[in-house]
Amino acid sequence: MGKISVKNLDLYYGDFKALKNINMEIEANKITAFIGPSGCGKSTLLKSINRMNDLVEGCRIDGQILLDQEDIYGRMDVNLLRKRVGMVFQKPNPFPMSIYDNIAFGPRTHGIHSKAKLDDIVEKSLRQAAIWEETKDRLKKSALGMSGGQQQRLCIARALAVQPEVLLMDEPTSALDPISTSKIEDLAMELKKDYTIVMVTHNMQQAVRVSDNTAFFLLGEMIEYNNTEKLFSIPSDKRTEDYITGRFG
Amino acid sequence: MKAWKEKFMQGVFFIAACTSVLAVALICVFLFANGIPAMKEIGFMEFLTGERWKPTNEIFGILPMIMGSIYVTAGAIILGVPIGILTSVFMAKYCPKKIYPVLKGATELLAGIPSVVYGFFGLVVLVPLIRDICQKFHWGGNGSSILTASILLGMMILPTIIGVTESAIRSVPAHYYEGALALGATHERSIFSVVLPAAKSGVVAGIVLGIGRAIGETMAVIMVAGNQARMPAGIVRGVRTLTANIVLEMGYAAGLHREALIATAVVLFVFILLINLSVSLLNRRAQHE
Amino acid sequence: MNKQTIGQKLRAYRRRPGSLILMLLVMLSAVATFAVLLFLIAYILIKGLPHLTPDLFALKYTSENASLMPALLNTIGMTALSLVIAVPLGIFAAIFLVEYAKRGNKFVEIIRLTTETLSGIPSIVYGLFGLLFFVTTLGWGYSLLAGAFTLAIMILPLIIRTTEEALKSVPDSFREGSFGLGAGKLRTVFCVVLPSAVPGILAGVILAVGRIVGETAALIYTAGTVPAVPKSVMGSGRTLAVHMYNLSSEGLYMDQAYATAVVLLVLVVGINCLSGYIAKKITKGNGNGEN
Repeated sequence: MGKISVKNLDLYYGDFKALKNINMEIEANKITAFIGPSGCGKSTLLKSINRMNDLVEGCRIDGQILLDQEDIYGRMDVNLLRKRVGMVFQKPNPFPMSIYDNIAFGPRTHGIHSKAKLDDIVEKSLRQAAIWEETKDRLKKSALGMSGGQQQRLCIARALAVQPEVLLMDEPTSALDPISTSKIEDLAMELKKDYTIVMVTHNMQQAVRVSDNTAFFLLGEMIEYNNTEKLFSIPSDKRTEDYITGRFG
Repeated sequence: MKAWKEKFMQGVFFIAACTSVLAVALICVFLFANGIPAMKEIGFMEFLTGERWKPTNEIFGILPMIMGSIYVTAGAIILGVPIGILTSVFMAKYCPKKIYPVLKGATELLAGIPSVVYGFFGLVVLVPLIRDICQKFHWGGNGSSILTASILLGMMILPTIIGVTESAIRSVPAHYYEGALALGATHERSIFSVVLPAAKSGVVAGIVLGIGRAIGETMAVIMVAGNQARMPAGIVRGVRTLTANIVLEMGYAAGLHREALIATAVVLFVFILLINLSVSLLNRRAQHE
Repeated sequence: MNKQTIGQKLRAYRRRPGSLILMLLVMLSAVATFAVLLFLIAYILIKGLPHLTPDLFALKYTSENASLMPALLNTIGMTALSLVIAVPLGIFAAIFLVEYAKRGNKFVEIIRLTTETLSGIPSIVYGLFGLLFFVTTLGWGYSLLAGAFTLAIMILPLIIRTTEEALKSVPDSFREGSFGLGAGKLRTVFCVVLPSAVPGILAGVILAVGRIVGETAALIYTAGTVPAVPKSVMGSGRTLAVHMYNLSSEGLYMDQAYATAVVLLVLVVGINCLSGYIAKKITKGNGNGEN
């Protein structure tokens, strides 16, 4: 049994069917990559896992997503779900406040107000995100003054600060330079010891480098889902092969 | 021929554009030229800090009116700002799409209602209401008071505050809100701890504009504030504002009295200029952010 | 089903009283704001409609009928006069700012600053200035003309700003197309740019009409308070809003004051709706133009 189970999932935006009968098990403490051309539904599926799709007007879901065997669209509290399933966005989105307050925002939201505890969490999260050394002397400075790569690692630290079980990453490096990208990739591989990571990526090399399992999506369908090495070396579906050898671009 | 016409019209456009410069210059010249000598004659300090306004005895102290304007404006801000900001949060983040155009139209209407109509409403509804309440609790006063004027002005500045704050909230990038939600924050917490602070400059600009409107409002205040030219004696007692002072006495004033009224307008004008200045500074800062 | 159900929301709020309180405050404030507006309009309509008698629209004001007709006619005249002065000036000024002025020009900065300043000045200060300049210095006395000039200065910033916005929203491709056909700057502005900006300008003008109709403080000491239609623009006459103020401050004609308030409200609501309607048309038009 996986950490997350997706069962017979259909997703509609108004009349448009964006995801068609998705079934998959996402394993704990592994990095699972979603690949596929733009508009294939990979980001949509990712956002369904922490219900960020609720924000989209006219979005409707049939089927189930289970987190530790519990239906997340059932009686589960959405805010607690999002605490358990953290998210890192495509574009780094630190809040317009200090680095410290950015990290402390989550814990404060969930009721931690003791200064000592918060200090502790901030340091731990920043260390986990491998950005402590760069930020420890300017915790009170605005987070908006950091570079793009630093901002993204700050956002990862911010997500870690609420102690999630799952970390969703929506093309976390698409807005970053190669050096920052490799730092984030190293970080992801480090983090999978403690977290279950699901990563949407445009970049197949990245999927090969970091992920354990890969799912390939096309036009709202999950074409193939397998161990990353297998998927890229001996794809079982013709369309997967076309895509990874570059026919779709 | 054609080139001549082009040049000529360009000149016309330029002159038209200069009208507003000319207007501001004329307003300044006429107000200051008539007001400053009076202030000198009365004495700057006596004029600004004198607690008594007795034109018949040639005593001109406008501190009561300055205090009156400040009290009434402060009251309007205390009542209008929280309601205005919360309503703009409603408009930007809660309002169902279907009823939004109706409510947006309603706030514009609120801005469009003439101040005499507000004043009349205050006169026939608020004044008796406050009078009855005060009588019940033996607070004294006849209903025309700082409190009444504050409530009415609080209503009148709502559209200004709602309009500016709403657009400030809307201009905050959506990813701030989404980022907060993704951390498990509720809709409310995301708005009040992330979105609203990010819109701070715009919100403050809205408040300052509201102050400008409240301090400059004339007719509505005259009709509900009581207009006694004495130091404010409590929030259920009457008070006279700078604007009211001008309208009430300009009709019959002559000589130094008349100039003292113009000097009152100078003081009001300076207040407004300061407020304008801070608004444009705030807007500039908001653009930089 | 993707949206949170009401039950889920309620449970979530029960667990977080802070959020619940904030939500209630937001709802309460919104209800208060719109309830106040509704109450104000309903109150005045209910109290005023029964007193809308034919007497009130008699051509001549007497102390018996307190007719609002002269004031209504004065309002129309005052509006027309102010617009005749302010609209061309405002449009020309905006044309200069948008089409001719160079970016970063110091003088343009000054024009913008003064226009901004004008829009913040309270109407009583305009009134006092009108009294000092038009009425006294120019010797026009209390007159429609003095009132109209005062109001014209007051609405000028509004006209300039809305026209500027309207001109700016005309796509550059229109201008380039016109220049490409060999048209001069002037011809381009008048035959291409201005016509496509008309709806935006119109919406601004209508807003200005709304301000004129509702204005009192700027008029008491410029146009005066005579309750009759003057023979010429050099005569004194009260507009509807001034009439309304006089009725309610005299306290003798409360019924008529209510009725006058109804007329004022209806005028202002009508003007607002018209402006909103035109603005809506513009946004639709623009949507087509840009895509």
